[in-house]
Amino acid sequence: MSTQKLKEIITKVLPDVETVICWQEGFDKLNVTPIFITSPEQVDKVVWNAACAQNLASYLPSQKKKVAVVVKGCDSRTIVQYMQEGLIDRDNVVIIGMPCKGIISKKKVQKAVNNEPVEEVTFADDSIKVKTPSGEKTIAIKDVCPSKCTTCQYPTPIISDHLAADAIQSDKPADSVYADVAELESKSLEERWAYFSKEFDKCIRCYACRNACPMCVCQDSCIAETRDPHWITQKLSFDEKLMFHMIHALHLAGRCVECGECERVCPMEIPVAKLKKKINKEMKELFDYTPGVNPEDKPPMFVFNVDEAKIKEHKL
Amino acid sequence: MSEVAGKELRIVGFLCNWCSYGGADTAGVGRFKQPTDLRIIRVPCSGRVDPMFVVRALITGADGVLVSGCHPRDCHYSDGNFYARRRLEMLKRLLPFLGIDDKRFHYTWVSASEGARWQQVVTDFTTRLHALGPMHKK
Repeated sequence: MSTQKLKEIITKVLPDVETVICWQEGFDKLNVTPIFITSPEQVDKVVWNAACAQNLASYLPSQKKKVAVVVKGCDSRTIVQYMQEGLIDRDNVVIIGMPCKGIISKKKVQKAVNNEPVEEVTFADDSIKVKTPSGEKTIAIKDVCPSKCTTCQYPTPIISDHLAADAIQSDKPADSVYADVAELESKSLEERWAYFSKEFDKCIRCYACRNACPMCVCQDSCIAETRDPHWITQKLSFDEKLMFHMIHALHLAGRCVECGECERVCPMEIPVAKLKKKINKEMKELFDYTPGVNPEDKPPMFVFNVDEAKIKEHKL
Repeated sequence: MSEVAGKELRIVGFLCNWCSYGGADTAGVGRFKQPTDLRIIRVPCSGRVDPMFVVRALITGADGVLVSGCHPRDCHYSDGNFYARRRLEMLKRLLPFLGIDDKRFHYTWVSASEGARWQQVVTDFTTRLHALGPMHKK
């Protein structure tokens, strides 16, 4: 059982680090929250199941001392990206990799049980059994997983010091990653504008997507809230909502590791990651760059070539 | 009244101080006739142009945005326009995905001596925008 193995690894690395960042059960089985383990007694609280959705690597840039972190394949890309941008010191991080076959989206599970209160959840290998007042229901994980899992290319962490289970190879075709972007691209300009207007108009500017984003590292200096410079106002209008999403997208240009945290936390279910995925698709085409894959790479907006092979001058 | 037929549009131009702004000045000194729709904002370098300048301008009422800097390899700060080229190309590809016509945004390189070229760029870009019409329907 990989949970047992995970606990063993945590017990082993705990003496060498300040804290181990892992998952524990939340207020119910469907909700898993982070735990910062500092003493061996806490290791028993550790859980590993399909509800472990949160990207724990997000905590790393704010850690001052040596820490260990448990990551899934998708989360490990965050660490690689941090290394590319010099935001963490690799010597100060112990990475415990957790090969993962797919996680569940809490919102999708709740929809699948008609928003009834969830009393009990049991996790099997590729399905979950949810108990509600009206009975038990078995749901396949692939039916309630977030969209990132349906095209997952990195089920096994790209970078790790310890692996808590056997490595898994991706069985998803590589060209499926940007299929949703390509589908939108095939529509007309007006249809796309109508789509994004409708989606971004739902935004309540809670900034949850920004707060959850592992690559949003400006923290209190985020220009969505500073008065100097004053990029956007408090006015409740579509223009300001669009502006906020453009700030988020442009500041993540060529940096977004597609962990899906922004979409997971969005209370309005806005496809926040679409714009960033589009930029990633272009970065792949222009500079053959995929964020969070190779620690030796540099993000494309941080560097340049004197002669850009694929950027052609635009004619009027 | 615009040189191009129809109601005057609002076009914002971000020009680098060393080349394009000089080029626009050369065009003025040479008395080359240009459309008056363009409002010029002088920036130290095209590398100073944050793609968000362009987005903010388009969202808050501009019908088009033109960014112009020194030719690649001619940057006063040696590499500002190389960074600008990557950023602006990224934006150029993102805007149509969002549903904003990328014809409304253009970036180019004009040196301080190219007064005639500047006249051509402004005239062509303004003509193109007049063909598209205003972006914000009031």
